Amino acid sequence: MKGNEALAEAAIRTGVDAFFGYPITPQSEVLEYLLQEDAQKRTGMVVLQTESETASINMVYGAACAGRRAMTSSSSPGISLMSEGISYLAGAELPGVIVNVARGGPGLGTIQPAQSDYFQATKAPGHGDFRQLVLAPASVQEMADFIPLAFDLAFKYRNPVMILSDGVIGQMMEKVYLPEPRPRMTEFPEWATIGKKPGKERKRITSLNLIPLEHEKHNQKLQAKYRQMEAEEIRYEEYLCQDAEYIMVAYGASARIASRAVEMARAKGIRVGLFRPVTLFPFPAPQIEALSLRVKGFLSIEMSAGQMIEDIRLAVGKNQRVEHFGRYGGLVHVPEEILEAFERFYMEPHGH
Amino acid sequence: MDIKDIIRPENRVYKKSDLLYDTTFNFCPGCGHGTIVRLIAEVVQEMGIEHEVIGISPIGCSVLLYDFFRFDVINASHGRAAAAATALKRVMPDRYIFSYQGDGDIAAIGTSETIHTCNRGENITIFFINNAIYGMTGGQMAPTTLTGMKTSTTPGGRLTQESGFPLHFTEMLASLDGTYYATRQAVHTPAAVRKAKKAIRLSLENQKLERGTSVVEFVSNCNSGWRMEPVASNQWMEEHMFPVFPLGDIKCEGKLIQRS
Amino acid sequence: MAKVRGAIVVDTEQCKGCQVCKVSCPQQVIGMSGTVNGKGYYYAYMEHPEACTGCSNCGIVCPDGVITVYRVKEA
Repeated sequence: MKGNEALAEAAIRTGVDAFFGYPITPQSEVLEYLLQEDAQKRTGMVVLQTESETASINMVYGAACAGRRAMTSSSSPGISLMSEGISYLAGAELPGVIVNVARGGPGLGTIQPAQSDYFQATKAPGHGDFRQLVLAPASVQEMADFIPLAFDLAFKYRNPVMILSDGVIGQMMEKVYLPEPRPRMTEFPEWATIGKKPGKERKRITSLNLIPLEHEKHNQKLQAKYRQMEAEEIRYEEYLCQDAEYIMVAYGASARIASRAVEMARAKGIRVGLFRPVTLFPFPAPQIEALSLRVKGFLSIEMSAGQMIEDIRLAVGKNQRVEHFGRYGGLVHVPEEILEAFERFYMEPHGH
Repeated sequence: MDIKDIIRPENRVYKKSDLLYDTTFNFCPGCGHGTIVRLIAEVVQEMGIEHEVIGISPIGCSVLLYDFFRFDVINASHGRAAAAATALKRVMPDRYIFSYQGDGDIAAIGTSETIHTCNRGENITIFFINNAIYGMTGGQMAPTTLTGMKTSTTPGGRLTQESGFPLHFTEMLASLDGTYYATRQAVHTPAAVRKAKKAIRLSLENQKLERGTSVVEFVSNCNSGWRMEPVASNQWMEEHMFPVFPLGDIKCEGKLIQRS
Repeated sequence: MAKVRGAIVVDTEQCKGCQVCKVSCPQQVIGMSGTVNGKGYYYAYMEHPEACTGCSNCGIVCPDGVITVYRVKEA
């Protein structure tokens, strides 16, 4: 199945209540699949093509207020249009899943794949002190598996969760085991505005608080969630890292390509390993820091000018060498290029 | 008969709705927002739908609706109430959903969401308060600011070459096939209030017919923004706003009303 | 026929002195007090209580819902 379609099928199967989306390459298949598969008939799931990404994210907000599993998917420029809405989800403590099948930027950029939205996703998805949990799928299987996972995390933390994919993972086809079906929710969280219950006080949902002392407390409550995410939700994969002298760090499509470069290096007797962050926030800093105690250098492989590299540097501190390699602008690097860059950095005597 | 004999519970003919908290409204003295909020609470109470209704407050003077209404209210981001309302109604078709939006919220930043919501004929109610100004932020020009009208951003009066014409947004919405009912009301006199209350009730009851969106525009005053006394602002509204924004039904049961 | 008598109770602390009720009263019952409430507003009151018919015009037009209206038929 194609990545985008596996994600859509998983949404139907695992009881997503509502999808609001706007066409944009490279992820229009998600919306098309849901409508062609008539998800509405299969599970009663609401599927609506909207007039803009801004409308989409605010519809996710509306459905989330009713305690429903609501999601949207888009690509880079569309995600930029959603940043206010994502900030509102975090501020109002609402669960919501946003899929970004990233493409080259900035501006109109290109429709080919890229990983240049790392900062946007992990550092500043919107205004204000908040973070969103970011999952980075590297296979069609993970495109499907991350939907139920993203919703469980979104509801656990009452916070937006982003699935940061890219044009490669979204468009490629691969064998996939579809997740176990689970029914749509019938009981809704106590905080949901589904109509005041008799004998109970009404509910209100807002991110506004005009009393600074209260608003600081509210923000501290949000910060505690992010610390809890950092403590409990870090996910990653290691490949040939146990005896590695050098570590390549890569997520999503870059991880697949880098794993090939690792094998090519190993064939030449160079002990290289691959560390794949699955959660980009919370970033696996502790694990990378542990590796840095016994390796000589890191190479961050990203289809961008280098963004995740900053988090690696933060994790390993000053006394560790971290370099970056990546084709971008819509280009996808090949294993040979990665190996060549690696050798240039670390193998040649005068490597700076 | 002594006043004390009159003021007895069994003689009571009017009081504030039970669906309003005791908190004082944050609206300025004499502002139409307060009257409209009060009427909506009364209608929800009389329809007995307090357990089935969800209101959506925008950004603007009415952002604090959830502190006034004793039923569920959510706050949507500026201009996006219609989108949030669409989603709420789609996931809960049996609920009454209404959005409550000012002229800047609905006809400036929220134009697209509102037009497409009506064009899809979402079975919700949109309350649109037109006081021709951005009240909360201190009296700037709004899309419905009248030609020549002074605001903090049109100090010499709104010039059409500079900033265009007063926007007839409800007429625009009424022209969409998805819009079922569109009317323009006022709440500055007892007679206007009685008509407005009927319109509010009809606009909510329409949701059960599932025949499209109901839009109720209230031409209202903004005495702070217009720099007038409340009573004077209502007179000014009658003389200047009503000719540009005539009261009355614009569309009933899906059919446009031919107007003089 | 029996004379209808009315009366209103104003929540003087919540009243913002906007006078919209005063101009809406067909019997000119309502006047603005000479003293201010806790917020500094001259609140509304029944200046001519005997003229009140309990028509509730004032109640339904008040932007803050501070007026409760009573009406009774005199025996």
